[in-house]
Amino acid sequence: MTSTSTNLDYDETQAALFGMRQQDDRSKFLKALTGIKGFATGYPMGMVGAVVMLILVAMAVIPQLFTPLAVQKSSSIIGIHISDRFETPSWDFWFGTNALGRDMYGRLVYGARTAIMIGFGAVILAKLLSTVIGTVSAFFGGWVDNALQRVVEMVQAIPTLVFLILFVVMLEPRLPDIGPLSSDMLVILLVVAVHSGFVSSRTVRGVALSLREETYVEAAQALGASDSRIMLRHIVPNLIAYVIVSASLFVGAAVLLESSLSFLGYGVQPPAPSWGRELNEAREELARYPHLAFFPGLFIFATVWSFNMFGDALRDRLDPRLRGST
Amino acid sequence: MLGTTFLVFAMMRLMPGDFTDFLGGDFGALDAETKALIQAEFGLDQNWATQYIGWIGDLLRGDFGVSVYSGRPISGDLLQRLPITLELGIFAMAINLIIGIPIGIISAVRQFSWYDYTGRAGAIALLAVPNFWIALLAISLAGKYALWAVPSPTYPGLFEDPIANLKFMAFPALLTGAAGAGYQMRFGRTAMLEVMRQDYIRTAWSKGLQERAVILKHGLRNALIPIVTVIGLFLPALIGGTVVIETIYSIPGMGRYFIHALNGRDLFIVQALAVIFTMVVIVSNFLVDIAYSILNPRIRYS
Repeated sequence: MTSTSTNLDYDETQAALFGMRQQDDRSKFLKALTGIKGFATGYPMGMVGAVVMLILVAMAVIPQLFTPLAVQKSSSIIGIHISDRFETPSWDFWFGTNALGRDMYGRLVYGARTAIMIGFGAVILAKLLSTVIGTVSAFFGGWVDNALQRVVEMVQAIPTLVFLILFVVMLEPRLPDIGPLSSDMLVILLVVAVHSGFVSSRTVRGVALSLREETYVEAAQALGASDSRIMLRHIVPNLIAYVIVSASLFVGAAVLLESSLSFLGYGVQPPAPSWGRELNEAREELARYPHLAFFPGLFIFATVWSFNMFGDALRDRLDPRLRGST
Repeated sequence: MLGTTFLVFAMMRLMPGDFTDFLGGDFGALDAETKALIQAEFGLDQNWATQYIGWIGDLLRGDFGVSVYSGRPISGDLLQRLPITLELGIFAMAINLIIGIPIGIISAVRQFSWYDYTGRAGAIALLAVPNFWIALLAISLAGKYALWAVPSPTYPGLFEDPIANLKFMAFPALLTGAAGAGYQMRFGRTAMLEVMRQDYIRTAWSKGLQERAVILKHGLRNALIPIVTVIGLFLPALIGGTVVIETIYSIPGMGRYFIHALNGRDLFIVQALAVIFTMVVIVSNFLVDIAYSILNPRIRYS
C-alpha cells in the first residue's frame, strides 16, 4: 500500500520540479520506480522518514483503517466511559484509556488529522506568503522593500510563542468554522502561517535578489516584459526548488508549534483530539499513569522526526548547494 | 521598536473580553455600571491614542503600570521574577553551547565517521523532541521509580539555598537548552566543514601543526560567525521555551507570569512582558552584530 503511494508522491514532486514532459504511462512508472530506488539507496534515513510520513498522512485521511473495531473494545473516542477510566495498556486498549475512559490509541490516531491538517495548511499558506513577500520585496526594492522589511523585523523581534499566543487569544473568537477546521484550528493555522511567512520571506528575498541580477531577467526587461510577468515567469519558477525544500522542513516545526500551543491550552479545543492537548490532560494524573503522557509525545516526535528526515534528504537530492542551511 | 510596542498595544486592545469580565468571579458578571467605573479607574475609557501615548511615556520613565488585580506596581513583581528567568535562560544557553558546539566540531572534523552519524542523528532527534514531553516523562519516571529526587514543589532562592536551587533548576535548564542544541550542532558542523576545506587549513596541516591547533585556532575561529548567528536566532525560541518549561515546573519566572496574566487579561502585565521579551531579542541581536565585527574585522557597519 505504501509503495504505490510513494510512487505517486515522488512522481508528482519530480514533475512539479523539473517540468517533466508528458510520457506514456509505462515509462513514467518505470522512471518513478528507479527514482525511488535511487532515493532509497542514497538516503536510507530519508526513505524511512518518507514511509513514516506516508503512514501518518494515511492516518489523517482514513483513520478507520488504523482502528480495527474487532481489536478496539471501545470504538468511541469521544463520550465518557466511567467503567473504563485509566486502563493501563492492554489488548483491548493498546495505549490505555484516559480520565474519561476514552481510548488513547483511537484518540491519537484521530489526532493525526488535526496535526496534519494544521501542519500542511500552515506550511502551504506560509510558503505562499513568504514567496510573495520575498519576491515583491526583492524585485521592487526601494520604499516597498524598506516597508516590508521593517514589518518582517517587527514580527521577528517578538518571541515566536509569545506572538502566537497573543494572536490566538485575540483572533480565536472572531473566526468562523470552515469545513473540517473549527475556529480554534483555523486560528492556529493562520497565525503559524503568517508568522512563518513573514520570518522566512527574508531568505526568499535573499534568493530572489540574486535571481534579479541574472542575465535572463535583464533580457526579459529589455524585451519589454511587464513586472508581473518577470516575477511570475522568470523569478518565481527558479525559487520553487528552494521553497519546496524549506516547506518540507517546516511541516515538522508547524506540528511542533501546534502541539506546544495546545499543550499550553491555547490550541485545539476539546473535544477535537490533539496530541498536545492529550499531553496537557495527562499532567493531572502524571504520577500514577505515565503512559498517558508517553504515547501522545511519541506521536508528535515521530511526526516531526519523519518530516525533518524526509525534508533533509529531499534537500540534499534536489539542491546540494542548500545542504546544511537548516 | 516603536512599531513593536504599537503592535503589542493594538493586540491587547483588540483582545476580546477584558479583566472586568473576570472580576465578578463566582458571583456572576458585574453590571455594566461597575464595569465602566473600574475601566475609568485604569484609564481604559479614553481613546486609543491617548492611552498609547500615555503608556509609552510611562515606559520611557521605567513605569510599567500596575496589575489590575493586586494593584501592585508591575516593576516590583518583575524584579522578583526577572532573575529567575535570567538564571534559567543563562543556564539553558550554556547547556546549548556545551552540547552543541563540541559535537558539531567533532562531527565535521571526523566527517562520515560513527561520531558524525551518531551526532547528526542525535541532532535531528533533538530537533523533533517536544521538550514538554520529556519534561513530563522525567517528572513521572522520577516519581514512579525514585531514580532521583523529585524537585521540590516550591522554588528555592538562589541566595538562600544555592544547592537546592541548582538541583531545582538543573533539569528545566537542561531541557530548555537541549531544544536548541540540535540547531547548534547542525550549523556548527556545516560551518566547520566549510572552513576545513579551505586552503589555509591545508597549509596549517602541511606545516605540521598539531591537530588541536589546526582545529581550534585555524578552524573554529573562522567558523564562529555562523555559530554566533545561531545563538542570536535561538533567543526568541529560548524565551518561548522558558514559557513552557516554567509552566510545567512551576518556576515563578516571567514565562509563567505571562501565561497567568494573559489568562486573567491582566493587560498591563501582558503588555509590559511582551515589550520586555522583544527588547531582550532586539538587544541580543545588536550584541550579535557587535560580535560579528569583533570576529571578522572585515565587516563594518555604516
